[in-house]
Amino acid sequence: MDHDDQDGIVLTEEQKRRRRARSIAIALALAALVALFYVLTIVKFGSNPIGRL
Amino acid sequence: MSLVTDGADLARPIAAEPRVEPSLAGVADYVALMKPRVMSLVVFTALVGLMVAPGHVHPVLGFAALLCIAVGAGAAGSLNMWYDADIDAVMARTARRPIPAGRIARGEALGFGMTLGVGAVAVLGLAANWLAAGLLAFTIFFYVAIYTMWLKRSTPQNIVIGGAAGAFPPMIGWAAATGGIGGEAVILFLIIFFWTPPHFWALSLWRADDYARAGIPMLPVVAGTRETRRQILIYALVLAPLGVAPWIAGYAGPLYGAVAAIAGAGIVALAVQVRRESGLSAAKRLFAFSILYLFVLFAVLLADDRLSHLLGRGV
Repeated sequence: MDHDDQDGIVLTEEQKRRRRARSIAIALALAALVALFYVLTIVKFGSNPIGRL
Repeated sequence: MSLVTDGADLARPIAAEPRVEPSLAGVADYVALMKPRVMSLVVFTALVGLMVAPGHVHPVLGFAALLCIAVGAGAAGSLNMWYDADIDAVMARTARRPIPAGRIARGEALGFGMTLGVGAVAVLGLAANWLAAGLLAFTIFFYVAIYTMWLKRSTPQNIVIGGAAGAFPPMIGWAAATGGIGGEAVILFLIIFFWTPPHFWALSLWRADDYARAGIPMLPVVAGTRETRRQILIYALVLAPLGVAPWIAGYAGPLYGAVAAIAGAGIVALAVQVRRESGLSAAKRLFAFSILYLFVLFAVLLADDRLSHLLGRGV
């Protein structure tokens, strides 16, 4: 039985570094989306506050 | 004891199942999937379409529309790399892309592209209007299904018809700003549509071996370089007057008309050189100049529009 079967896959330092970079990029993209949707909502409502409610 | 009996490997279903390796993809690989250089041209032409359209667009909505168009272009690029991974692997120009290089799995690129595409179309519909969103969806579909999956591998006219996908962005920008499609937007579409063949065929003249190895029926591979050079000149002769058309039709001022006429003469002169010379230097010059041509044309169109607005307000 090899090492992987016993303990699962062990990531190398490079794989860990790249996974962390991907996670940060996803977090930043999600935060940007939240900000974009917020600002879009304000602008859309601002242009016609009664009609869109 | 062996588990192989009569040629059948009984252990195969488990032992030979390819293990999913931890991903080595970096953020840059996902950026590369979106073809950032193509995306930059798409964003720029869409920006011009959005800015020269009549009426006023709220800056936030304009930014959101451009972002969606950029992400939609990225989705199309990602789906193109998903489908073309096999031919990318055998072409020198594309062999180092994330999928053939083994850093991203094809399925990841498919999921990434689909997610970006659906998200970009939905947000553009909500932020701007559904005509612009529909045009963006059609552009992605056209690039992936019509160009990548069908035309690219089946006809030397692949980049002529497929070029429509690259010509839509200014029309999408215009639609995002106005909710409709105007005559100027159609002219901008036609300029990019007729710009695409001389641009890509100039490139294909010195990449013909690459395309032949990948089995892609580019014009120089199928019809020869002589015919390709002839067709480059024909399309350049159509493109040059089309470039001036916004001024003739009254959509742009004399500044734009003069620049478009000079740039058009330049592209025709280079196409004539490509036709006469048997070497590749003229083709390389034409390829480089064609990028400059499109950028200058759209930049001056935008500057001309802003200038006329300023002068209009000043009066």
